Amino acid sequence: MRQAFVQTLVELAARDPRILLLTADLGYLALEPFMEKHPDRFFNVGVAEQNMVGLATGLAEAGFIPYVYSIVPFAVLRPYEFIRNGPVQHRLPVRIVGVGGGLEYGTNGLSHYGLEDIAVMRAQPGLTVIAPADAPQARGAVAATWNLPGPVYYRIGKDDKAIVPGLEGRFELGKVQHLREGSDLLLIAMGAVATEAATAAQELAARGVSCSLVIVASVTPAPVDELAGLLARHPVVLTVEAHYRVGGLGSLVAEVIAERDLRCHLVRCGVGSLLNGITGSQRYLHQLYGLSAEKLVETAMAAVRRNKL
Amino acid sequence: MMDSMARQIRRIVLEQSKRANVGHIGSALSVADLVAVLYGGVLRVSDPKDPQRDRFVLSKGHAMLAVHAALFLRGWLTQEELNTYCGDGSFLGVHPEYGLRGVDFAAGSLGQGLSVAAGAALAARLQHSPRRAFALLSDAECNEGATWEAVMFAAHHKLANLIAIVDLNGQQALGHTDQVLSLRPLAERWRAFGWDAHEVDGHDIAALQETLAGLDPAVGAPHVLIARTTFGKGVSYMQGQIKWHYWPMSDAEYGQALREVEAMP
Repeated sequence: MRQAFVQTLVELAARDPRILLLTADLGYLALEPFMEKHPDRFFNVGVAEQNMVGLATGLAEAGFIPYVYSIVPFAVLRPYEFIRNGPVQHRLPVRIVGVGGGLEYGTNGLSHYGLEDIAVMRAQPGLTVIAPADAPQARGAVAATWNLPGPVYYRIGKDDKAIVPGLEGRFELGKVQHLREGSDLLLIAMGAVATEAATAAQELAARGVSCSLVIVASVTPAPVDELAGLLARHPVVLTVEAHYRVGGLGSLVAEVIAERDLRCHLVRCGVGSLLNGITGSQRYLHQLYGLSAEKLVETAMAAVRRNKL
Repeated sequence: MMDSMARQIRRIVLEQSKRANVGHIGSALSVADLVAVLYGGVLRVSDPKDPQRDRFVLSKGHAMLAVHAALFLRGWLTQEELNTYCGDGSFLGVHPEYGLRGVDFAAGSLGQGLSVAAGAALAARLQHSPRRAFALLSDAECNEGATWEAVMFAAHHKLANLIAIVDLNGQQALGHTDQVLSLRPLAERWRAFGWDAHEVDGHDIAALQETLAGLDPAVGAPHVLIARTTFGKGVSYMQGQIKWHYWPMSDAEYGQALREVEAMP
């Protein structure tokens, strides 16, 4: 997603001189295409994320569209108050780009995981929150939203190769993307872990579970009506996100169920609590936290069985 | 003209603080002369919506009442609007709020304004505009690490069109800066980071004007005025007294404060 994002930005910047790219000293082997094509619009501000967002606020007020780039927790959590008091309060077109949501930075440990970014960003009114599922969708999402008048947060995965079959770059603000239609179970996935959800859906179908799968990449504005319609038609729902269970996609879906007075059984798949200091590959961690396709199938089968009792 | 503006700012600060029965009086009096110099002619703003105006960030947002007074004196706020200060539904709060005519950037959380002003200065450079960006900081804001991130960035990029003013009154919310977290030697610290630093008397309007007029906004280092000020300047019982960071005035205190401010030279 990272390279797709940067390539899209290079192309947009060629068309629109308002686009700037700021990084807090991250993006090695990722940002070079922009640096080479638009050196006068690229700023490495040093390891100073708060200042980066403050600068972007001043730049955006003067008419620029600054993209600020770092790894998710450094892009979101360190300068969070600057984001709130700057682009959010002033309704300015600053783009916060967080790379590597969830557990993508595996062996780098908790400091590098993005596990609460969606929760805190979706709490901010007027901040568009976008979490693409794969590289083509990242490209589609940036192309559809780069010119929005207000601030945007993009949670961009590191992996450019993994593809969600059938998604084909589709993205629409405030909409879900449908990938599979069934009746026993609804899988709702957000972000790069959607590839695991897609594999799980295939396996569940092979086991005779009639299963729907949708992607939520437009977290804010949330596809509330579409979700409500889907939730009303399915007795069991699994949300799949590489994020803490609190505050992210699972919470969003729970809000829709509660506010629309729907009756379905919700299982929030996400990181419940962190095991003290244990790291490993993303694959290992997904297995550990129940987010691998294999674990999702187990959870889904158990939930469907329980529902039929 | 600026002397008279400073006196009027002080009078309005007292009147509005008394009417609304709120504090932050000492901080507003501390910056009254600095604000008079900025709004009395230094800031190039004919219309607060003109994109080519100089930008100003009151990074020490809690002194906003002095700026409300200046916005009124410039004719950008009416007396009726000024009289809504701290009232329900008013844009005129304790700190600069988004949406108030004449406010370029909201503030209130210390340590954020210099970054925003540096962004405004960088924008002017990228757009080949002669406009400048000013930020008025408190001395205690130099406790904030993020202030120094902006200090480093502005020096590295030689943002000569960025002008910071530090209101060095030596006091913060719970004590004197020397006791809370020493800033000494403050001007040397800014110089060591690559800034063009000037130590000035923050109540000497002629000296402030002369120093600001002598800064080159086109080439070289960013500029900082380390402005020595007296907290509560102009009201004898407030000067240097920590309690006037938050305290409102009684009727007797208000009467004395008004008399003293009117009698200022």
